Amino acid sequence: MRRIITATVQNRSGVLNRITGLLQKRQFNIESISVGRTETDSISKMTLVVEVEDNQKLEQLTKQLNKQIDVLKVTDITDKAIVARELALIKVVSAGQLRNELQGIIEPFRATIIDVSKDSLSIQVTGKPEKIEALIELLRPYGIKELARTGMTAFLRGHQPQTTELPSYSLLNR
Amino acid sequence: MKVQTKPGTAPRIETKTGADLLVESLIKEKVDILFGYPGGAVLPIYDAIYKARESFTHILTRHEQGAIHAAEGYARVSGKPGVVIATSGPGATNLVTGIADAMIDSLPLVIFTGQVARGVIGTDAFQEADVMGITTPITKHNYQVQHVSDLPRIVKEAFHIASTGRPGPVVVDIPKDISANPCKDEYEDDFHLPGYQPNIKPNPLQLKKLANVLETAEKPVILAGAGVMFGSASEELRTFAEKHSLPVATTLLGLGSFPGGHPLALGMAGMHGTFTANRALYECDLLINIGARFDDRLTGNLQHFAPSATVAHIDIDPAEIGKNVTTHIPVVSDSKAALQALSFHAESSAEHDEWLQHLSGYQQENPLWYKNPVKEMVPQWVIEAVHKITNGNAIVTTDVGQHQMWAAQYYAFEEPDRWVTSGGLGTMGFGFPAAIGAQLAKPEETVIAFVGDGGFQMTLQELSVLQERRLPVKVIIVNNGALGMVRQWQETFYEERYSESLLQIQPDFVKLADSYGIRGYRVDNQEDFLDLLPEVFSYNGPVVLDCRVLQQENVYPMIAPGKGLHQMIGVKP
Repeated sequence: MRRIITATVQNRSGVLNRITGLLQKRQFNIESISVGRTETDSISKMTLVVEVEDNQKLEQLTKQLNKQIDVLKVTDITDKAIVARELALIKVVSAGQLRNELQGIIEPFRATIIDVSKDSLSIQVTGKPEKIEALIELLRPYGIKELARTGMTAFLRGHQPQTTELPSYSLLNR
Repeated sequence: MKVQTKPGTAPRIETKTGADLLVESLIKEKVDILFGYPGGAVLPIYDAIYKARESFTHILTRHEQGAIHAAEGYARVSGKPGVVIATSGPGATNLVTGIADAMIDSLPLVIFTGQVARGVIGTDAFQEADVMGITTPITKHNYQVQHVSDLPRIVKEAFHIASTGRPGPVVVDIPKDISANPCKDEYEDDFHLPGYQPNIKPNPLQLKKLANVLETAEKPVILAGAGVMFGSASEELRTFAEKHSLPVATTLLGLGSFPGGHPLALGMAGMHGTFTANRALYECDLLINIGARFDDRLTGNLQHFAPSATVAHIDIDPAEIGKNVTTHIPVVSDSKAALQALSFHAESSAEHDEWLQHLSGYQQENPLWYKNPVKEMVPQWVIEAVHKITNGNAIVTTDVGQHQMWAAQYYAFEEPDRWVTSGGLGTMGFGFPAAIGAQLAKPEETVIAFVGDGGFQMTLQELSVLQERRLPVKVIIVNNGALGMVRQWQETFYEERYSESLLQIQPDFVKLADSYGIRGYRVDNQEDFLDLLPEVFSYNGPVVLDCRVLQQENVYPMIAPGKGLHQMIGVKP
């Protein structure tokens, strides 16, 4: 199963290596990982998209992440109300006459053309991974020269519906 | 030759260096023994150690691996972190086996490695190795010091992390310019580790649940691991087991956590455990695991492990709970706190005399066995004889393999913290240097290193340390002229194709000991051995005893790989 896990970490050298090394050592597959600074200077946030076999493996993953000294908090947000976004840059083969057609394709995706050259143009798109996949599929027939994706970054929505029972992997005995 | 100060030069002003700060920090942590080996990148540190030589004993081993295994032995027996220093590059990489060993067996170590100067890190400088990259997966935590003013705080954090929660090794990598350069005498060593708050208090709800199950369990059993000893909870374990008449099986590393001769003791469980301990784990309806990590050598095939039991697991490391075995009652706690709280919550237990009688029937019908050839020696007999003359009170260290299993089976420990063995990693060459560390931690105690002829040859250069320090370690080589466990598996599973497992050529261990100024003996029969033992153990100095034992002995009983606890072979002669 595919899970979205966020980890709040101390922004120290080697912390990314610690996390990826740990996942590799315990044989977890990372689909994507994105890291960046947060509102607090010394703290970074990672969003990991991982493929795990079952709940036992998932629990093991969050526990092992939590064990790292530089990791402050680990949350599996897959089943929560979240905002999740990814950014992709797509360079498409394009002679002049196709540009209007491409413009028509990308418009519903609220993507923008950010670079144009004689025989190609570059498109920037943000959104959920599914939306990005959809746009990529539509553009593929035109010839994708280059594709770069940031991986997903996500956090909880401001308001969480109270009705759903959410699985908790807290390490503290409450 | 003394270097004389040239006349006319200005008097040298004593300024403090990073190395001095390090030494001050070590003194603050009440470190009294360092195990190490000097080299280029740690010259400033060794200079500071020289200046502070009144404060420490530095044990110069003959290989960095010897230093770290000695520190492990010291840590296991003393309960204090073992401290190791090695230089950059090869010095650090020579520690890797010991770091991994300490990690998997949860031993508190603080390891200082030299590093090339900050300016040349990443340029493939002389004796540069990526120590952070290499040690990240095998340490509880690691640091590379980037600012000299951070050093005192990092040292403090390293000792705190190594010795609290689930203990483990912490590496501090110190670039040479950090230790060499002068620094200000002002620094902050207060630390705050928001990501490291080990939970030591048990959840009362889970304990109540455990108490409830105990009230109805008809076949309860305790599995005691090394966590009992890390939590200094042997007394509490004994009280708890006696109060509820709970039989106790121990893991390999948990030997000594419960008295070996106690009527409720079932002995060691696992691949070469006793028939009774394994049957108890297989048949029980309540399994209370205290401080053991359900290692595969203990559980055998997980499908057949405690199939009808409610599993309670008390462990300070939450990640161990539910990792291998589905756990119904998780208790994240220090073992002592959990057992103390349990004595309050668990007032009564179901009557289970039938179960105890059933197990004692197993014990009588299927004790450990070996065929005693009367004249020649077999390893089991050697260990029993040594157990007898030392009244089961010695500190015993081992390598890995057949002799380790026989020592575990036949040297019944009555007291905790007397058993030093490489369990998880299974490191050959561990036992002898570990004995050096153990003897330094407990100078008054008898320390025995049971080693195989294979393992001893991996780290025997440390005989120099015995000679130098006159440490009265008794090295007993269980010499069967083979890598015994490899040979046994080749006999059992590879149709007796003894591929590279027979050691035809060996040094003369008696002459070897002699060349180090150490008493050496060789014996090949029971009579001579019994005659010799009083001399060996009354002599207050190091001894190397080469015991020639029969090669064809195999360790039994045994659970073959992939089999369950109920499928032991070699249970009876």
